[in-house]
Amino acid sequence: MADRPTSNASTFRSLVLIAVVVAALVAAFAFTAGWLSPGRLTPAKIVNALAPPGGAALGFRRNHAKGICFTGSFESNGAAAALSKAPMFAPGSSSAVTGRFNLATQDPKAPDATVRVRGLSLRIVAPDGSEWRTAMIDAPVFPVATPQAFYDLLKASADKSDPDAMKNFAAAHPSFGNFVAWAGSAPWTGSFAQEQYNSLNSFIFTNAAGQDQAVRWSFVPAAHPEAVSPDQLKALGDNFLDADITKRVQSAPQRWTLVVTAANPGDPTADPTQAWPEDRRKVEAGTLVVSAIEPEPDGPCRDLNFDPTVLPPGMHVSDDPFPAARSAAYAVSFDRRTAEDKDYPHHPAGGDTQ
Amino acid sequence: MTPIHDRFTPLQRALHWIMAICILAMLFIGVGMVSTVRPDYLTLVSVHKPLGILILVLALIRLVVRLIRGAPPLPASMPEPMKLAARLSHLAFYLLMIGLPLIGWGMLSAADYPVVVFGMHLPSILPHSNGLHTLLWNAHRVLALCFFALILVHLAAALLHALVRRDGVFEAMAPWR
Repeated sequence: MADRPTSNASTFRSLVLIAVVVAALVAAFAFTAGWLSPGRLTPAKIVNALAPPGGAALGFRRNHAKGICFTGSFESNGAAAALSKAPMFAPGSSSAVTGRFNLATQDPKAPDATVRVRGLSLRIVAPDGSEWRTAMIDAPVFPVATPQAFYDLLKASADKSDPDAMKNFAAAHPSFGNFVAWAGSAPWTGSFAQEQYNSLNSFIFTNAAGQDQAVRWSFVPAAHPEAVSPDQLKALGDNFLDADITKRVQSAPQRWTLVVTAANPGDPTADPTQAWPEDRRKVEAGTLVVSAIEPEPDGPCRDLNFDPTVLPPGMHVSDDPFPAARSAAYAVSFDRRTAEDKDYPHHPAGGDTQ
Repeated sequence: MTPIHDRFTPLQRALHWIMAICILAMLFIGVGMVSTVRPDYLTLVSVHKPLGILILVLALIRLVVRLIRGAPPLPASMPEPMKLAARLSHLAFYLLMIGLPLIGWGMLSAADYPVVVFGMHLPSILPHSNGLHTLLWNAHRVLALCFFALILVHLAAALLHALVRRDGVFEAMAPWR
C-alpha cells in the first residue's frame, strides 16, 4: 500500500499532535508519581525523617531498630470466632508464631533504659497457611492522630533551630498530651515479659455470618508487672531486656492473653490517640506462648516485615489512617535494609547481644 | 484496499487493546502507590497484585496466539531499520509483559510476604532472600519505567503510522473494522 501524499502543513500538525499526546501522558505519569508534588507526604519522606542526625543504622529497621527474635505459638480458645472467621481464632487451633520484642528507637545500640516505648511484633501463621502480622507497642495511646502529624512530630523533635518547635507542635496537637502523660507517669518494668502490648490502631473483624465489628486488641502478660525505677534500670547495663527475656524463656515459656476489645457505635476508630472507655466488651481470644528466644542476627524475625496490613480472611483495615501509612513506610524501610544486608553485623563482635 | 490477512485477527486486536488499558493502568498504579501513605495506598496495592497476575495470564495467551497466528507483514515501504525497530519492540513488549509480573511475584516471595490474589494464596516462587529481593525490587522498578518509555515510543510510532505515513500499520491493530 503506497503512502498517500500529504502536505507539509498537515504532517507538521500531525507531528505536533503526537508530541502533545506523548507529553500529556508523561505529565500525567509524573503527576501520579508525585514528581510534580513536592508537598506530598510519601513513605520515603517519613522513613527519611526517622533517621537520626548521624544517618540511619545501615541494615537495621529504620525504627524499632533494636530487638530480639522469638518463636512460639498462638493457642486459640475459640471465643473470638464470634467476632472474626480468621482461622487462627478457630476453637482449639494452634498457629505458628515468629515474633520480635523491640525498642522504639532508631539506634540499634541504644541502652535499654533510655527507650520509653517497647514493642511486640508477631507473624501468626494459621494451619491453613493464612497469615496475620501485627506490630504493637506498650503505650496505651499513640502520640499522634494522623500520619501527617507523625511526620510533623519527627520534624519538630529533630528541629534544632527552633527551641519552641516541640512546644508549638504540642500546642497544635492537643491529643499528644495523652501520650506525654503516659510517658511521664507510667511505671517502667525490667522485662519484655511484663509489658502489655496494644494494637492502638482499629481494625474490622468479620465473623462467619458476615457481621462486621470494629476492634482493637492487646496482648496482656501473664507475668505480673513490677515497677522498677529508670535509675535502677540504668544500673542493669545496656542490654538487660534481652538477657532477661532469654533467661525467662529458657526456664519456662512466657505467655500473654490476646484480649480483643469491641468498639461501641460512635467510638473513635480513626484516631489512635483516643482510648476507648474501659467498659467496652472484651473477648479473650487465646494465648500467645513464647517458647524460644533467638538473637536477631540470623534470627527468624530479622528479615520479616511486620506489615500490619497483612491480615487473614475475617480481618481488614478500618478508617484508621495508620495501617496504610505504616504498610507503605515499613515497605520502604524493608527495601532499604534488605539492600544493606552486607552492612548488618551478622556476627557482632564482643557479644553485642546478650 | 487492505486484504483481511493484512490485519491482526480480532482475538489479537482484542487482547492488544484490553492489555493496553491494563498495562497503562498498572504502571500508573505502580508509581502512584509507592508515592503515598494515604489509605489509597492499600487500595492501589490490592489492585496492583491481581492486575499483574491477570496481565501475566493474558500475555501468555497472547504469546501462544501470536506464535500460532503470526503477524501481518510490515509494509514494503518501511525502511529496514524501522522494520527492525518494530520487531525488536514487539520482542521487548512480550519480555516485559511476561517478565514484570513474574519479577513482582518473585520479589514478594523473596521478601516472604504472603501473595494473596483473588482470595487465593499463591505459592512462593523463590526462597526468602535479601539479595534476591533487592535484585528483583530494583529490576521491577527499572523495567517498569523502561516499559512506560517503550509504550510512549510505541504510541508515537503508531500515531506516526496512522497520521503521517498512512501505510496500514496502525489499521492492522486498530480496534475498529
